[in-house]
Amino acid sequence: MSTIQFTIDGKQCTAKPGQTIVEAAKQNGVYIPTLCHFEGLKPAGVCRICTVKVGGRNMAACTTPVADGMVVENKTAELEDYRKAIVEMLFVEGNHMCPTCEKSGNCELQALAYRYMMMVPRFPFLFPKRELDASLPKIVIERNRCVQCLRCVRAITAPDGKRIFGIVKRGGHAKINVDRELAQSMSDELAQKAMDLCPVGSILKKEVGFAVPIGKRKFDTKPIGSDIERA
Amino acid sequence: MGREDAVVKQVVAKYNNDKTRLMDIITDVQHELGCISDDTIRCIASQLQISSVDVEGVVTFYHFFTKTPRGRYTVYLNNSAVALMKGRTAIAKAFEEAAGCRFGSITSDGTIGLYDTSCIGMNDQEPAAIINGVVFTNLTTQKVKDMVAGMKAGKNVQDMVTEFGDGANQSEFIRSMVKNNIMRKGPVLFAPYEMGSSLKAALSKKPEDVIDEIKLGNLRGRGGAGFPTGMKWDFCRKSEGAKKFVVCNADEGEPGTFKDRVILTEIPHMLFEGMAIAGYAVGASEGILYLRAEYQYMKKYLEKILGDMREKNLLGKNILGKGFDFDIRIQMGAGAYVCGEESALIESAEGRRGEPRNRPPFPVQKGYLGYPTTVNNVETFCCVVRIMLEGGEWFKKMGTAQSAGTKLLSVSGDCSNPGIYEVEFGTTVQTLLEMVGGRTAKAVQIGGPSGTCIGKKDFGRRICYDDLATGGSIIIIGPDRDLFEIVHNFMDFFVEESCGWCVPCRAGNVILKERLEKIMSGKASMKDMEELESWCKIIKSMSRCGLGQTSPNPIYTTIQNFRDLYEAKVRKDVDYVTTFDLMAAVQESCKAAGRIPKVEEH
Ligand SMILES: Cc1cc2nc3c(=O)[nH]c(=O)nc-3n(C[C@H](O)[C@H](O)[C@H](O)COP(=O)(O)O)c2cc1C
Ligand code: SF4
Repeated sequence: MSTIQFTIDGKQCTAKPGQTIVEAAKQNGVYIPTLCHFEGLKPAGVCRICTVKVGGRNMAACTTPVADGMVVENKTAELEDYRKAIVEMLFVEGNHMCPTCEKSGNCELQALAYRYMMMVPRFPFLFPKRELDASLPKIVIERNRCVQCLRCVRAITAPDGKRIFGIVKRGGHAKINVDRELAQSMSDELAQKAMDLCPVGSILKKEVGFAVPIGKRKFDTKPIGSDIERA
Repeated sequence: MGREDAVVKQVVAKYNNDKTRLMDIITDVQHELGCISDDTIRCIASQLQISSVDVEGVVTFYHFFTKTPRGRYTVYLNNSAVALMKGRTAIAKAFEEAAGCRFGSITSDGTIGLYDTSCIGMNDQEPAAIINGVVFTNLTTQKVKDMVAGMKAGKNVQDMVTEFGDGANQSEFIRSMVKNNIMRKGPVLFAPYEMGSSLKAALSKKPEDVIDEIKLGNLRGRGGAGFPTGMKWDFCRKSEGAKKFVVCNADEGEPGTFKDRVILTEIPHMLFEGMAIAGYAVGASEGILYLRAEYQYMKKYLEKILGDMREKNLLGKNILGKGFDFDIRIQMGAGAYVCGEESALIESAEGRRGEPRNRPPFPVQKGYLGYPTTVNNVETFCCVVRIMLEGGEWFKKMGTAQSAGTKLLSVSGDCSNPGIYEVEFGTTVQTLLEMVGGRTAKAVQIGGPSGTCIGKKDFGRRICYDDLATGGSIIIIGPDRDLFEIVHNFMDFFVEESCGWCVPCRAGNVILKERLEKIMSGKASMKDMEELESWCKIIKSMSRCGLGQTSPNPIYTTIQNFRDLYEAKVRKDVDYVTTFDLMAAVQESCKAAGRIPKVEEH
C-alpha cells in the first residue's frame, strides 16, 4: 500500500506506511505537542505529552505507527488538560528558574508552558535536591532543569560509538550521568550538538552565553507548534 | 586494581565477553568483591567495550546491586503491608538494636548491613527476611537476637537454618525453612501427574494442533493481564525469525503473590514441561526461566530438576526421539518489580536496565535478542501441561465463560489460614473468605497493590477476568486495620519501583503520595481529596506501562469504595490548608545564609 488514509479530530489525512502518528500529523499540518521527541532520533516515548486516543486507548503518537483507517483523537479537552498536567509535573519535579536560564526563549518546556497557558502548576512543588556538574571541560550539566528526555542519551556518542550519556538509578532518583572519560574528550562540535539537542537548559556549552539576546530567540516571537499548524 | 581487575577479567571471560549477560556478570563480580565500585564499573565497561555509564545504569537500577559495601551479612527485611501487619516494626527495631546500626546502613566494622526490600514472596509467613540469599521466615525478636549473635560470631548463614519447611523445601538442594502452605489442591495444578506424559502427548500432535487445543480450552495468561495464551503462541509461531524463544516469567513481584514460589518448589518439572510444549508449539528450541533474585534459594534445586529432565530426555536434543530440541537456562533477576512486565523482563535478560519497551513491536514479533518470543507466567505453563492431558473441553468446563479453569490464589493478611488455594474462576470473595478463615475482613485487596481494594458491599463479586481480575494476590484486611497505612505502604512501593522512564509515573506517584500524606495528617480539605482523585486519572491514562497505569489504584479504588473514610479525614470548614511551613523555611534560609534566626519555634 503506498498511501494510508486516516483522520485526526475528523480531518482527513494521508501518510506513508511506517510513519508514526506524530510525523504523519505534521505532514498534514496538525501539531501534536512533543518534548522528548527529536526528528531523526529513535522515538523514546518518555514524556507522554504526545498522547493521543486511538480506538478508545491512549497511546504515544511518537512511537505508534499510523495505520489505514485509523481514527486519532488529538485536541480533546481531556487530552489537552492531561498534557498540560505533564508540563506542570515537569515544572514541579525539577527546579526551573526561567529568568536566570540561558535557554529561556529557546526552551521547549517553557514554550509548552506558554502554549498551555500554565499560570502556576496544579501540583505542589517537590523542590528536589539535584547536583550540578561543572567539572567537565566542555559542558555544564545542570540537573535541576533536566526533563530526562533521553535525547542526549540517544544521540551523543563517542567516535567509537559508545554512549557518552546515560541514565543511572531509577524512579524519582533517576538522573543523567556521563562516562567521564568519554565526556572529557568531547569535541566543541559534539558539545554544541548536545546543547542544541537538549530541549531545556540542562546541557550548556561552556564559555559562551546569551549569544542571541532574550527577546530574539526561537519561541520569543512564534509559539511552539505554529510552524506546523495549518488550518 | 590487582584483585578487582583479575576478578572482572575472569567473570567476563566466563560469559564469553557477552554484554547481554551483564546481569550475571555484575552478580558474580559483586559476589566476589562485595560491591561494584566506580573502579569496578570502569573495569567491567572496558572489558566489555561498552560505556561505563551503561554499566553504572544497570548497577544502580537493581535493588540488590550496590556500589558501596552492604556488610558481610546483608539483611533484607521485607517491608510489604502484610509484613507490617505481622509485626515487622518490632522485628526491624530488634535488628537495629542487636546489630547496632540503622536500616539503610552497615555496622562500623562492616559485618552487618540492614536494608528494606519490597515484598519477597513470603506474605504467608511474615515477618521474613533474606540474609545473603537465605530466607528466614516467621521472625520473632528472640530469633533476631540469636541470628545477629550468630553473625557477630562469624557463623555460616545456612547453618542458622535449623528447621525446614515441608515438601521439597527439605531437599538437600534447597534446605529452606520456607513452608509451602498448600491449603487447597485443585484439579489443574496440584492433581497427580506423571512427568513427561504431557510432553509426550503434545509431541504426538502437530504444533498447530497443540495451539488449537490451548485455544479450545480458552486458556488466558495467569500473570495478571489475561491475554489468551493460544493466540499469543499463534502470533509467535507465525512471526518470522531465524530462531524463537520461550520465556517463563517467574519474577512474581506483585506484593502478596507467592503462588509461583510454591509451583517452583513442588512442581517445577510440570512448569519446565509446559515450556518445552510451548517451544514445540511456537517453534523455539531455547527457553529462559527469569527467576526473581528473592528466589535465588531455589536455583540449585531448579538446576537439578533441569538436569534430571535432560537425563530422561525430556529436555535436550531429540526429545523423546521425536526430533525436537529444547533446553532451558535460568536467568536471575536482581530486585526490580517492573521486570515482571514482559518487555522490561526481556531488557533485563539482555543485560540492561529493566525498562519496558515501546510497542510495537511486541515480544512475539521482536523479543529476546530481537527474536520472536513468547513470555508466559509460571502458572500458565502448568495449565498447558494439564490441557494436553485432559483436553481443552475438560478445562473449559471449569470457571466462567470468559475465565476458564482454576486459579491459584496467594492468600495472606488477616485470616487464620494464609497460603495458596486453587479455586475455580468465578468463586466469590465471600466464599473465599469463608474458606481461608477471614470472615471478619473489612476490606480485601484483590490483585495486589495494582489491583482493587473492595469493601463488604462487594464481597459477593467474583474472582475472574470479567469481574475482579487478579494475578493471584489476595490480601485480607481485618476490622482493626488503618486502611490509610496500607494504602500509604502501597504508594511507597510504587514510588520505589517505578523505573523512572516516563514522566507521569516517575513524578506523578511522588505527588500522589505527598497528597495522601497531607490527607492522613488531617490538614487536607475536600478540594485536596477531589484533586487527588482527578490526578489519579491523569497518571493512569498517561503512563507508559502497566506499572504507572495501575499505580494510582490503591488511592483510586479506596476513594471509590471507602469514600467515607477519606471524608472523615478531610476538613470541611476550609477550602485550602497550606502545607508550607514558614518557620522551617525561614530557619533553612538563615542556615544557608549563615545567620541565626531570631524567631521562636512554635
Ligand atoms: C509492573 C508489572 C509487573 C508484572 N509482573 C508480573 C509477574 O511478576 N509475573 C507475571 O507472570 N506477569 C507479570 N506481569 C505481566 C506480564 O507483563 C505479562 O503479561 C505476563 O508475564 C504474560 O504471561 P501470561 O500471559 O502467561 O500471564 C507484570 C506486568 C506489569 C505491568
Ligand atoms: S509507567 Fe512507570 S514503570 Fe512504566 S515505563 Fe513509565 S516510569 Fe517506567
